[in-house]
Amino acid sequence: MDAKDGTPREQESMTPLMEKVLRELGDLVIEHHRERGDDRIHVARHDILAAARVLRDSPQLGFDMLLDVTAIDYLGQPDGFRQQPRIWDANRTVMRQAQPSRHRLTIPEPGPLPRFAVVYHLLSTRLIHRLRIKCRVPADDPALPSVTSVWPGANWLERETYDLYGIRFTNHPDLRRIYLYDEFVGHPLRKDYGKHDEQPVQEYVGPGGTLPRRPLPLRPE
Amino acid sequence: MDPVELCPEDRFPYGPSRIGSAGEVPTPPMRLQFGPSHPATHGTVRIVLDMDGEKILNADVQVGYLHRGFEKECETGYYYQNIPYTDRLNYSSPILCNIAYCMAVEKLAGIEVPQRCKYVRVIAGELSRIADHLLCIGASCLELAAMTPFLYLLEARELVWDLLDALCGSRVTTNYIRIGGVAADLPQHFAAFCRTKLDGVMKLLDDADKLLTANPIFRQRMEGTGSLPAGELIAYGVTGPLLRAAGVPLDLRRVQPYLVYDRLDFDVPVGEHGDNLDRYLVRMEEIRQSRSMALQCLDQIEPGPVDADDPRFRWPGKNRVFNRMEELIDQFKLVVEDSGLMPAGEAYFAIEGGNGELGFYLVSDGTGKPYKCRCRAPSFSNMQPLARMIVGRQLADIIPTFDMINMIGGECDR
Repeated sequence: MDAKDGTPREQESMTPLMEKVLRELGDLVIEHHRERGDDRIHVARHDILAAARVLRDSPQLGFDMLLDVTAIDYLGQPDGFRQQPRIWDANRTVMRQAQPSRHRLTIPEPGPLPRFAVVYHLLSTRLIHRLRIKCRVPADDPALPSVTSVWPGANWLERETYDLYGIRFTNHPDLRRIYLYDEFVGHPLRKDYGKHDEQPVQEYVGPGGTLPRRPLPLRPE
Repeated sequence: MDPVELCPEDRFPYGPSRIGSAGEVPTPPMRLQFGPSHPATHGTVRIVLDMDGEKILNADVQVGYLHRGFEKECETGYYYQNIPYTDRLNYSSPILCNIAYCMAVEKLAGIEVPQRCKYVRVIAGELSRIADHLLCIGASCLELAAMTPFLYLLEARELVWDLLDALCGSRVTTNYIRIGGVAADLPQHFAAFCRTKLDGVMKLLDDADKLLTANPIFRQRMEGTGSLPAGELIAYGVTGPLLRAAGVPLDLRRVQPYLVYDRLDFDVPVGEHGDNLDRYLVRMEEIRQSRSMALQCLDQIEPGPVDADDPRFRWPGKNRVFNRMEELIDQFKLVVEDSGLMPAGEAYFAIEGGNGELGFYLVSDGTGKPYKCRCRAPSFSNMQPLARMIVGRQLADIIPTFDMINMIGGECDR
């Protein structure tokens, strides 16, 4: 990002909150940013559980509420939009290069950085401050530890991320789809899933026929 | 002939050893499907219950029946095109969803809206919150078999909708807030109209209050049911009236003031026990506080522009578009081209919605469409501990607990 396009520059990167976070987490923080008033840290995916415990239990931080878990699919956007972005045409699930031209369509190439970023939003209800955590997750092994043991509210949020992005959370107590049905093929919020992609539909059986019944276990093993 | 001593198993097939001390007959657990379409729930949700008689042993709450790909849809539209979709998130308080989305976009783009616009947004948002709470309480008493207060409260909501109709031209799908402004300034004589209508709302609310709050049947259904300790609610990410009813005064209008809430005088009602009755009482008081906030805004508001002077995002006024060539071109380019004026980066902005923290997390790649548009929906997080609230209690407790959670399918399932 540069100043000429009117982007608000990242001003003071060090806030009192970020100083505390860096002091408590130490080497777990890969990098930290302050953008548009939001504090953000990057954590390696195998460190997320340790970082979550510290963030919740440290009396100076006290992040007792996990507001949100979601993911970003940086397919073909290796640098996180630091350079000239390539323009996404989601209707065609392909990339257009920097200048929008309807006739030159290219399939995105995987970048050097991991494809996904899992994003956590935290809030301290006692001290009223917020933090965003990002974990990069590669496409060939999209998995990271679940934080359900730290914040029970992560249960459904991680299920949603698994459902829509296909990112697996290890040691999750109940990782199954939450919005979509079990027969759904693919994960619709991934950038290579087209908006108009179709799903196999269940055969319609008219009067007199019988619908195939499948058991619905309460807790599938 | 000697009388035959019947063995206990013949007299009673379950055997005497399994008859409880109170003489209850034990039965094997029964699997009960509650929903997806159930007359006692306003919302499409399925709860698979394991019941021991009337007692709930295990519950599995399944959401997603209204999932329609809101976030995927937002990624394919320009920023301004997504505002009508946000109406359909929480359709009982659509203006609050409009405000949350537009303020997130403004944070991303670095737009500062004028003072009058902030007041107009607060007025519209508080009216919308009143309508939301009125529907929540009204539908709850209908499902608890109290028909009369339901009609009173829905009539009160009609009065609020009259105000929204005057403001936005429609009652439910308002689509009123714009990026960098609002669709239209307050109509003429709106302040007097608003005071009249809100007086009517308060009269109906007082009537419903007299019918409900001291009603023994209503209290028996609500009192002591569905409660969880505040610490557990926080761990589950519950916000809004549910958390305040448990005694935590977390209200973003107070703790992180946005718009002009720091200029308004209002109370944050908190409960004591965190049960359904406290949730009901907190909502009743919030309606009164919202009315007071809207009236304070009408007193404080001053004339001025309602739209930010930012040609990147706010369209020029229609009188200029139809009479001047440059503005016509300007609007044309803004509407049909992704002009790529949004700086790259990301932003999260949250407001106090009708049910809790309503936030939007936007990621921009520097084009006219959001790369990612995430809605942090309070209904989703508030629904999660429902199983914890009802397990071990009676089947009938599901109804008031679910009502007071006020799950809105459009927002929960997105």
